[in-house]
Amino acid sequence: MTWLLALILLPLIGSAAVAVLRHNRRVAKLTAFAFSLVTLAMVVPLWLSYDPDGERLQQTTSIDWIPAWGIHISFGVDGIALVMIAVIAVLVPMIVLLFGITDKLPRGRTPGGFLSLILLEQSLTIAVFAATDVFLFYVLFEVMLVPMYFLIGNYGGSNRQYAAVKFFLYSFLGGLIMLAAAIGAYSVAADELGQGTFDWQTLSQAVSQAPLETQTWLFLGFFVAFAVKAPLVPFHTWLPDAAGQAPIGVTVLLVGVLDKVGTFGFLRYSLPMFPDASAELAPLVLVLGVAGILYASIVAAGQTDMKRFVAYVSIAHFGFIALGIFAFTEQAQVGSVTYMLNHSLATGMLIFVLGMVIARGGSTQIPDYGGMSKVTPLLAGFLLVAGLSTMSLPGTNAFVSEFLVLLGSFAAQPVYATLATIGMILAAIYVLWLYQRIMQGPVRGDALVGAGGGPGTAQAPATAARRAIKDVGSRELFVLVPLVALIIGLGVYPKPVLDTVTPSVQPTVSVGEGR
Amino acid sequence: MIETSWLLIAFPAFGALVLLAGGRRTDAWGHWLGCATVIASFVYGLILFLSSDGSTQDTTVFSWIPVSDLQVEFGLRIDALSLAFVLLITGVGSLIHIYATGYMADDPGRRRFFGYFNLFVAAMLILVLGNGFVTLYLGWEGVGLASYLLIGWYQNKPAAATAAKKAFVMNRVGDVGLALAIFLMWSHIGSTQYSEVFAGIGQVDQNVVLAIGLLLLLGACGKSGQFPLQAWLPDAMEGPTPVSALIHAATMVTAGVYLVARSSPIYNANPDAQLAVALVGAFTLLLGAIIGCAYDDIKKVLAYSTVSQIGYMMLAVGLGPFGYALGIMHLLTHGFFKAGLFLGAGSVSHGMHGELDIRRMGGLWRKMPITFVTFGLGYLALIGFPFTAGYFSKDAIIAAAFGQEGWRGWVFGGAALLGAGITAFYMTRLVLMTFFGKARWQELKTADGKEYHPHESPPVMTVPMILLAVGSVGAGAFLALGDTLAEWLTPSVGALQESHGGVIGHSLVPFLVVGISAVGVLLAWLFVGRKDVPVERPQQVSAVVRAARADLYGNALNEALFARPGIWLSRALVFVDNRGVDGLVNGLAALLGGSSGRLRRLQTGFVRSYALTMLIGGFALVGALLMVRFG
Repeated sequence: MTWLLALILLPLIGSAAVAVLRHNRRVAKLTAFAFSLVTLAMVVPLWLSYDPDGERLQQTTSIDWIPAWGIHISFGVDGIALVMIAVIAVLVPMIVLLFGITDKLPRGRTPGGFLSLILLEQSLTIAVFAATDVFLFYVLFEVMLVPMYFLIGNYGGSNRQYAAVKFFLYSFLGGLIMLAAAIGAYSVAADELGQGTFDWQTLSQAVSQAPLETQTWLFLGFFVAFAVKAPLVPFHTWLPDAAGQAPIGVTVLLVGVLDKVGTFGFLRYSLPMFPDASAELAPLVLVLGVAGILYASIVAAGQTDMKRFVAYVSIAHFGFIALGIFAFTEQAQVGSVTYMLNHSLATGMLIFVLGMVIARGGSTQIPDYGGMSKVTPLLAGFLLVAGLSTMSLPGTNAFVSEFLVLLGSFAAQPVYATLATIGMILAAIYVLWLYQRIMQGPVRGDALVGAGGGPGTAQAPATAARRAIKDVGSRELFVLVPLVALIIGLGVYPKPVLDTVTPSVQPTVSVGEGR
Repeated sequence: MIETSWLLIAFPAFGALVLLAGGRRTDAWGHWLGCATVIASFVYGLILFLSSDGSTQDTTVFSWIPVSDLQVEFGLRIDALSLAFVLLITGVGSLIHIYATGYMADDPGRRRFFGYFNLFVAAMLILVLGNGFVTLYLGWEGVGLASYLLIGWYQNKPAAATAAKKAFVMNRVGDVGLALAIFLMWSHIGSTQYSEVFAGIGQVDQNVVLAIGLLLLLGACGKSGQFPLQAWLPDAMEGPTPVSALIHAATMVTAGVYLVARSSPIYNANPDAQLAVALVGAFTLLLGAIIGCAYDDIKKVLAYSTVSQIGYMMLAVGLGPFGYALGIMHLLTHGFFKAGLFLGAGSVSHGMHGELDIRRMGGLWRKMPITFVTFGLGYLALIGFPFTAGYFSKDAIIAAAFGQEGWRGWVFGGAALLGAGITAFYMTRLVLMTFFGKARWQELKTADGKEYHPHESPPVMTVPMILLAVGSVGAGAFLALGDTLAEWLTPSVGALQESHGGVIGHSLVPFLVVGISAVGVLLAWLFVGRKDVPVERPQQVSAVVRAARADLYGNALNEALFARPGIWLSRALVFVDNRGVDGLVNGLAALLGGSSGRLRRLQTGFVRSYALTMLIGGFALVGALLMVRFG
């Protein structure tokens, strides 16, 4: 049993245990938290045993699944998957810990069900990053939607059903197209090798030799699935709905981790399997990426709903990640991989903090707030830190990745990179404007001073009491302080992560450069 | 010695960490810790300075962003230029920190204020000490953050919040220029460290060098409030006055001048880029001076004066080897006298219940003698009264500008000379209206209906003012006589070249400057000195005055070109995104499903069960396959 396998199985067992114990709320919560912490602890040996300069895939296990079609249940990690798995393991205990503060259940739902689904989703997401069999990847890619569907549809906001279905249909249909392409790749490999396989390494070697036209069709098949998942404009409209309706913890999981499967897919599947098509169609992705950065940033600035705001900010960030991947330089791709990690931390923290704002004010609408820093100065400080990381201020983790993406893509694609730098200005605008609207100015807004009351107007005693808003509590601090430490720590000393990721990116880059 | 130079940054960074993370526990002594860390850095900087001969020494602290060929290190460069800045930042910084303990005494957030102040000093030191453009960028945006936090100090006041945001965003525009310049360096030279960039700049295509030079200039314009990115600096006066003195007068806003001087090998390699710097400087020095004449807010006048004086510095460093040392000299003397003027302005408003409108002042010299004398000495230094600091540093720039050949000599020299006259006008106007004439405040009430009781500030505030006033008078002679500074800076920016010829000779310039300044002083006396000043500002004014009052329409232009179209675009795209893109997808789905009604039914009813079935089916399938496998 490898550490990796343990990381996949532990949350799965935890999920089952929580489901069994769901009738006792306290026990269910403690069990979920314990399992998520042990999973996090498992990352340490996994990371330490990983040798960046060793084999491409490490910690591998494989068993036959459907031998007739060459399908295996096989797992392994490279540096890219490793950082993604690590960040999932970091975020899930925080989601569990904040459960009950930022996430209140709809009537008739038990915490056990919610937490069980969260752990199940964690297991599936780790598995999807670790899968080294293309068919297994597809299956997990689709199965992963199911717990998420229930998490949004059962525990979300008032319009949750619509959002859940939209999320499901988009991702599911994208996945089906990918399945078709995967089967296509299988048959191409079968022609070439005389025997079909879904093993990632063998398959990508075989398919990468295919003629450009074949590659192009197969590339597009995978591309649709990944472009929906890591929403690139114009495939993005499901995300604001899903993120807007999902509970806070689920939004973190969805935006912070699940969506990265799309950009991960570009790196792990699209580029190595279809190198010629990737190089040929790179301008398409670059256009979508840069357009996404500018478009989503401008739309984000105009949002009035905090959760939709985060969704559009993330769409803009996915534009940066796509730009970096398809610029085909080492710096840009390392930048994209670390962007995936840093976006999870920065946006994760942003969602958590906005969730705390929402939990206090009872509204997701930005105009319902104002001058909140006077009431909750500490929370304002945390929102600012999350915002600064979101706009990639140097000294925070996100700067390192955005800098690498832009620097690396500028060397290869100066026009696209130059256009993308406008996104830096837009980021400052949307972050600081959000902060100003929620936190600065005189205390105002229905969420803070009660309906009908303006600043300085006398409040009915009942309203004032109802609005007794407290600053950050200790459980919230347990989540926010480690996040701040990670954000600043990885901004000042990102070397360990960069050294882990760089060797894994090198083969992908040389694929693109060789053409 | 050099290996531990990171301590310079570590002291204030530690202070910021303790004060910001320590919370209320540190309220009682936090401001003293804030002063102590900056003084510690100053002492350490002084030791470094005394043990240094000004030659360039690079030291790597750690490897920051290494990705194969790209090796961005966090390293420091100790040389003549950076040491001069270290002493300015920590020296003037210490005085202003001490002043702020008194100025902010009544503010409940004083401890946090010192946390931000320490954060600023740490970032500013990173900016000037870094040994590569990325480290510079770290400090560059770091000081931007500190500036944002401190402009928005009174963040529950909408104007302060808006000004802070405006400052950050306009700076970001400049920062993008700096970032693009770094990307160009990487793609054409293959490094971002000073040593390698400067060594390799000679082999780079001239057009690329020009592009790098112009992009760096854009960055410098953002940070230093130069045209076309000048509009944020006057608004930044929303911050407490110590902030205006330290950040928006003495140190941060001069970072653009530092950037150009630091990048002297790049600008020396391309005369066109140099010319652009000089043109921006010459234009901005006039722009700032003209607008400075129209304001009645003591801090705004000083702010536009800063814009104008930095214009002089930019003009100087735009003259290349003729001006690098002169620009830095004016930067240092300006650091003294402008900081002193701002502290004086703070002392005035401190004694006048926060009043900033000079039309509501007058005759204050009796009430605030120390403030009056120190402010007066700063004033003399700024207008270049003979043998004060500005006399040496500003005249040298004007002389160097006239020392250029052909049209450049006339344009740059003429602008600089005219600027000196206008400077004398607006500063005399400011001093006359504040300290002389009728005590207009006696018949007025404060905004909350109280009487004005102007009084002198406590020693903790006046002592720093006195020290800065001494610097205002003496720094120029100390730095200029015997070319002390120019020789010290030679290892960093090259030897100062003396022009021979030019359009007007060196010996004539001091007389011209003193003459035109005297005209400015006289005009100011005619306007506001010999007769009473009305409390309300006159509305029947010429088009020129109206334009100056409207900041020469800089804000209106930004508003019309960027802000309003931006908001419209944002609204339009939100609409399109909600209706258009989504509607298209929904419509397509409806088309495929036959009717939207059927789709809706599908959405609410069946897909859920479908998903559940899929899950169960998936598990059943997996189970069955596993059984087949192991059975």
